[in-house]
Amino acid sequence: MRDFRDPVLFKQLANRLKAFEFEKETKIMEVCGTHTMNIRRYGIHTILPTNLDLLSGPGCPVCVTDNSYIDYAIELARLDDVIITTFGDMMRVPGSYESLEMVHSRGGDVRVVYSPLDSLEIAKDNPDKKVVFLAVGFETTVPTIAATIISAEKLKINNFYILTGHKLIIPAIRALLSAENDISGFILPGHVSAIIGVNAYREVLEHYNVPGVVTGFEPIDILKGIARLVTAIRDGVFILANEYRRVVTDEGNLKALELIDEVFEPEDVAWRGLGTIPLSGLKLRDKYAHRDIRNVVDVTPPPPREHPACRCGDVLQGKLKPDECPLFGNLCTPDNPIGPCMISSEGSCHAYFKYR
Amino acid sequence: MCLGIPMRIVEVDGDVGIVESGGIKRKVGLMLIDGAKVGDWVIVHAGFAIEKIKPEDAMETLKLISEGAASLGDVSSGEEK
Repeated sequence: MRDFRDPVLFKQLANRLKAFEFEKETKIMEVCGTHTMNIRRYGIHTILPTNLDLLSGPGCPVCVTDNSYIDYAIELARLDDVIITTFGDMMRVPGSYESLEMVHSRGGDVRVVYSPLDSLEIAKDNPDKKVVFLAVGFETTVPTIAATIISAEKLKINNFYILTGHKLIIPAIRALLSAENDISGFILPGHVSAIIGVNAYREVLEHYNVPGVVTGFEPIDILKGIARLVTAIRDGVFILANEYRRVVTDEGNLKALELIDEVFEPEDVAWRGLGTIPLSGLKLRDKYAHRDIRNVVDVTPPPPREHPACRCGDVLQGKLKPDECPLFGNLCTPDNPIGPCMISSEGSCHAYFKYR
Repeated sequence: MCLGIPMRIVEVDGDVGIVESGGIKRKVGLMLIDGAKVGDWVIVHAGFAIEKIKPEDAMETLKLISEGAASLGDVSSGEEK
């Protein structure tokens, strides 16, 4: 492992990648917002083998959140007795009609937090308000919310609620592969895998005979992951490999998985671009259902709608590259974003624009 | 947003603790890892330690972070020549 420190390895890996050549166009996909960003930031997309296409899939949690969820959060934010708490990247995302930031500017109580535990603190300090955490994110975030729910129970902080919007990566990979998207391999996410473990991918990837490599976030990690994947594709062999052993194990974080299972159960949910995917989201189990704000406050958002020209949904499926969208860089930029893929710092449109 | 930066536990108080990296300290939840103690290296996400890692792996990651970008810069500039 010492060779990690040797800068020569970077060149060796890059040269190895460049030496590959695929006869026909070959697509691989990453499904992690941080991979999306770092691949562009470090220029990794410029040193790929001939005919290898590296697509960004549905790995940005904000981007895959559909408008009806955001619309619901906005309706809640309008209520006088509700405080909405959220990770920062949800603020600017437009729902069907407006964003949380716009509601906030008109006096809605919307607060950005760094951790769901901060939200619990806010609930403790505001006993006369209903404090709602926007529970958006993949398996990395889910156990942090589960632990916060358990803490709320223990501490009897009864005015803490969540609006569930979690997404699970395995059903998304299954949906992409069953739609015959022509994907030859997956760069698998680092920290989602730290929770669910490498073995979690085996069934679906073996079924479709598509190799996958769990990959870390540093440039050398990503290069190693791609090199490993490309070799497997060239040789026509199935692998499920772990190139992020510093953090990820085969079994995952069992304690975190137990907490998730204690608090949540799978349900069908809608994804932007991918539609409703069976058992791809999570709802609170009956025991904790009183923490679901939908069971406590009844609001009815106006019917959801999509921006007619925004192609974020196609981008999330790898059907369209960000710069192939007619709005990209023209009508839609990070300063004047139209869709979530441009707004979120982890969105592929944002990453394409920023590091083009 | 996933930060791969390992942080070291410097205080433990039941279910919560303080972690430190490069002089930055943060309060984190420790409910997702077993037997957290002062001196352990962890990966932090959304205010929680999500995985304990070996000290040598933490060192490796810190070195990758400090040297990685600069080294890959070499590769990219080599590519352009």
